[in-house]
Amino acid sequence: MKYTLNVNGQSRMVDVAPDTPLLWVLRDNLELSGTKFGCGVGQCGACTVHLNGVPARACMTPVSTVGRMRVTTIEGLAAEAARLHPVQQAWSELDVAQCGYCQAGQIMTAAALLKDNPRPNDQDIDGAMAGNLCRCGTYLRIRAGIKRAAEIAGGMKEASQ
Amino acid sequence: MNAPTLSQPVGRRDFIKLSGLAGGGLALAFYLRSGGEARAATSGDFAPNAFVRIAPSGVVTIVSKQPEMGQGVKTSLPMVIAEQLEVPWQGIRIEQGDFDLQKYGNQSAGGSNSTPNNYDQFHLLGATVRTMLVAAAAQTWKVPAAECRAAEGAVFHTSGKSLKYGQLAATAATLPVPAKEAVKLKDPKDYKLLGRRIPQIDTRAIVTGAPLFGLDVRLPGMLYAVYEKCPAFGGKVLSANLDQIKALPGVKDAFVFEGSGKVKELVPGVAIVAESTWAAFSARRQLKVTWDEGKVAGESWDGFVAEARRKAAQPGRVLRKDGDVDAALAGAAKVVSAEYLYPFISHANLEPQNTTAHWKDGVMEVWSPTQVPATAAGMVSRVLKIPENKIVLHITRAGGGFGRRISADFFVEAAAIAQRVQAPVKLTWSREDDLRHDHYRPGGIHFLQGGVDAGGKVIAWKNHFFTFGEGGSPGSGGNLSADEFPGRWIPHFKSEQTMFDTGWPMGPWRAPGSCVFAWVFHSFIDELAHAAGRDPLELRLEILGDRDMMPSSGGGTKGGGGYNVARMRNVLKFAAEKFGWGKKKYARGQGAGLAFHFSHRGYIAQVAEVTVAKDGQLRVDRFVSACDIGAQVVNLSGAENQVEGSVVDGLGTLMTQEINIERGRVTQSNFTDYPLIRITEAPLKIETYFLKTDHPTTGLGEPALPPVAPAICNAIFAATGKRVRQMPLSRTDLRWS
Repeated sequence: MKYTLNVNGQSRMVDVAPDTPLLWVLRDNLELSGTKFGCGVGQCGACTVHLNGVPARACMTPVSTVGRMRVTTIEGLAAEAARLHPVQQAWSELDVAQCGYCQAGQIMTAAALLKDNPRPNDQDIDGAMAGNLCRCGTYLRIRAGIKRAAEIAGGMKEASQ
Repeated sequence: MNAPTLSQPVGRRDFIKLSGLAGGGLALAFYLRSGGEARAATSGDFAPNAFVRIAPSGVVTIVSKQPEMGQGVKTSLPMVIAEQLEVPWQGIRIEQGDFDLQKYGNQSAGGSNSTPNNYDQFHLLGATVRTMLVAAAAQTWKVPAAECRAAEGAVFHTSGKSLKYGQLAATAATLPVPAKEAVKLKDPKDYKLLGRRIPQIDTRAIVTGAPLFGLDVRLPGMLYAVYEKCPAFGGKVLSANLDQIKALPGVKDAFVFEGSGKVKELVPGVAIVAESTWAAFSARRQLKVTWDEGKVAGESWDGFVAEARRKAAQPGRVLRKDGDVDAALAGAAKVVSAEYLYPFISHANLEPQNTTAHWKDGVMEVWSPTQVPATAAGMVSRVLKIPENKIVLHITRAGGGFGRRISADFFVEAAAIAQRVQAPVKLTWSREDDLRHDHYRPGGIHFLQGGVDAGGKVIAWKNHFFTFGEGGSPGSGGNLSADEFPGRWIPHFKSEQTMFDTGWPMGPWRAPGSCVFAWVFHSFIDELAHAAGRDPLELRLEILGDRDMMPSSGGGTKGGGGYNVARMRNVLKFAAEKFGWGKKKYARGQGAGLAFHFSHRGYIAQVAEVTVAKDGQLRVDRFVSACDIGAQVVNLSGAENQVEGSVVDGLGTLMTQEINIERGRVTQSNFTDYPLIRITEAPLKIETYFLKTDHPTTGLGEPALPPVAPAICNAIFAATGKRVRQMPLSRTDLRWS
C-alpha cells in the first residue's frame, strides 16, 4: 500500500504493508534511524515520536493509522539544524547519556512534557518519564536535564518577548 | 592477525621500543601512516603513532580503538592524548578505529580494563607527538627546543613567534621518534582536561538521532534477517515450513543452520531474509519449526534449587579451609544460619543484539556493536572457515554492553547468514530473542553459617555455594574464589562449592561474581553484626583489621593479587564520613546500610539510606559512593555517570530482575515480564566521591556495582527488621505495621 506521511514537516511517500509499524517505516524506508527499536511492545519508549505533538510509541503505531497526522522524530525536533531544542541542549550540557540508545525517546517524551508543563517538579517528571526505560541508569541526569531544559526554554521565551 | 598480539598491556619501555622500530612488525601498532591525511603512508613519515593524525589544516584526529558502549572510553582515553599533546578539546576529531590487531593491539572492552590497559601508554603517546612537534618548530626556527613550548595546538618560541601544529606536521614527519627518556610528561598539576567534566564526544549525534549504533547501519541493497532458535537451549531443527515462508511477501530466502555444536557459538536455527525488518518479523510469525529439544529440556531452575537444598549439608568441593570451623561454630556465643539465593538474570541491553555482514569476493565485511572484536572475528573464522585476514570488522557504538557483547553468538549468526546471501544483510534480534537467548549471569544458592564469640567478634564462617556450569566448568562469575572476602580474614573459615552442569548458556554480567558475592557476603556480615549487637561499620573495620596488605593465597589473582586493606579501610571511613554514618536517628521504616567491595582494581564503599513504606514500597532516599580508583579521575562527568549508573543498575537488578528457566527454556519474554527499573524507582539522590590515592588510575565500568545491593538490603533491615535473603526483592514481603 502507498502512504503519504507528513514527517518532520516534509511529505514522504512509502509503499509498505498496512500493518508495518511506523517505527520500521521511519528506520527502513525513510532512513530516519534516530527512532530506536527496543522492545516492539510499547514497554521501553525508545521509539517515542510525536504525532500531532503528542508522544506516541512508533512500534505500536501501524502506518495505516497515521493518516495526515504530523509525525515528528528526534531528527526533526530541533526547529533548525543549527539550534538544538532546549532538551537537546540540556542533555548536551549535562552529559546525560551513557550508551545513548534510549535518549532519543527520552528527549521526545521530555520535550512533550515541557510543552504541557514548562516548570515540572520531580513528581511531574517521574510521572511523564515512567514509560521510558534507560538500561544504563541515567535517570537522575534525566531529571536534572529536564529541569535545565525548562530553564533554557524559559530564558529563550523571555528573550523573545 | 598472524602478527604477534598485544593482548597484554604494553609497558612504556615496550612502547618506545615499538616506536623505535617504526616501519616493521609490531611497530605498526603505534605507527602513524602520515603527517598529513593526504600523504601516502611510507616509512619515515611523521609517525608518532597510529592513534593520532595531524592534518596540514591543523585538524587533530584521535582514533579511539576500544569499543564504546556507554562506558565513555571514546571520550576519556582520547582526553589523555589531547592533554599531553596540548591541543584544545574543542574541534578535536575522534574516530572509532576499525578492528586492526596489528595497528591497535588489544581492542576488547570488558573487565573495566580499557583505562588501566591504555592509560600510561596514551600519556606517552600524546607527549611523544608533542615532543616531535616542538622539535620540528625548533628545527624550523633553528633554535634550541628548550626555548619552545607547546600550547593550544601550536608551538611558541620565547621570542613570541609561533607555528600551528598543522604547519609543523610535515617537518615533524621527517624526525625520528624520540626515546622515552627524551619525552617529558606533563605535571598533573598542569592538567587542563583530565579531571574535568567533559561531555561525551558523541553527544550531539546522540541527541539529534544521527546513526551511530549497530542497528543503525545501512548499506546499499541491504537485506534484513531474523534468526529463530529453539526455545530450549541448543535444540536442533528437525523440520521447518521453509517453502511456505519463502512464498511470503517480501521474503527473499529462508534456510536452516545445523549449528556449530556449541551453545555459545552458532546455535541451530532458521534464518529468514527479507526486504525489510518488518517483512522478516512478519514472516517469522508464520514459521513453524519442529525441534529436537534434547536433554536440556529436562532441566529447570526450581529443580536445581530443590536439589541444592537436599545437598546443602553434604560436602562440596573445598575451596578454602582455615582453622576448625565446626569446632568454632560449636563454641560460638551466637550462630547465624542463612540461605541466600539469586536467580539467573539477563543483560537486557536496550539495543537488541544485531550485526550487519556482507560476504563478497571471499571477504566477510562486518559492522557490529561488539565488545570483543578479536574474539568475534576468531569465532567467524573458526565456525565459517574464513581466514582471519579475510574478515573486515567495523566497530559500531553499542547500545549498552554490560558484558553481553563479550559473547559473539549474534555476530557469527549474521556472518553465517551473509555467507548464504548475495547482498549485505542486517540481522536484528527481537527483544524476545534477546531475553530468551542471552548468555545469562548464573544464579546461585549459598548455605551460610557464621559464629561470633562472646566479645562480638566474628570467629567462624562456613559456606556451601551451589553454582551452575556449562560444559563442565562454572559459568562466568559462577566460580567462587578461595580468596573472596571475607576469606583470609576470619580465623575459622570453610567454603565449599558444588556445581550443577547444565546446557544453559552463561556469560559475563557487569562485575562477574562480584555482583552477587558482595550482596551475599555483605548481607551476611550485617546479619552477624546485628546478632552480635555491633555497629555494622565498626564490625567491618574490625574484620578488616590493622594490616595494610592481605596477600592472595594462590586461589585468586584478581586485581593482580593481593588486597590493599588500607585502601579499603580508608574508602570505607571516607564513605561513612561523607554520609554521616551514625549521626542520624531514624523512625521505623527508615534506615541506613553499608557495604564495600574490591573488584576490577577499584576499592568502593557505599552507604544507602532508604524508606520502606508500610505497604512495603521501597524508596532509596540517598546513596553515597566513595571510590578509590587511583591517582586520576580521567573524565569526572563520565566517572560520575558510571557510578550513578551502577547504583541504579544495582538497585534495579535487586528489585525485579529474574530469569526463570523451566524445561530448559526461559519463561520470560519481554519487558512486560522482565521489568527493568524505571525513573519512578530511581534513588532520589546519588552522591559520588573520589578518594585520590597514589595508585595507578583504573576503570569504573564495574567496581561500583557490587556493593549497591547489599548496602540497600542492609538499610532495608535497619528500616524494617526484615532481612532480604533472596533476589529479586519482589519475592520478599517488606510490609510492616
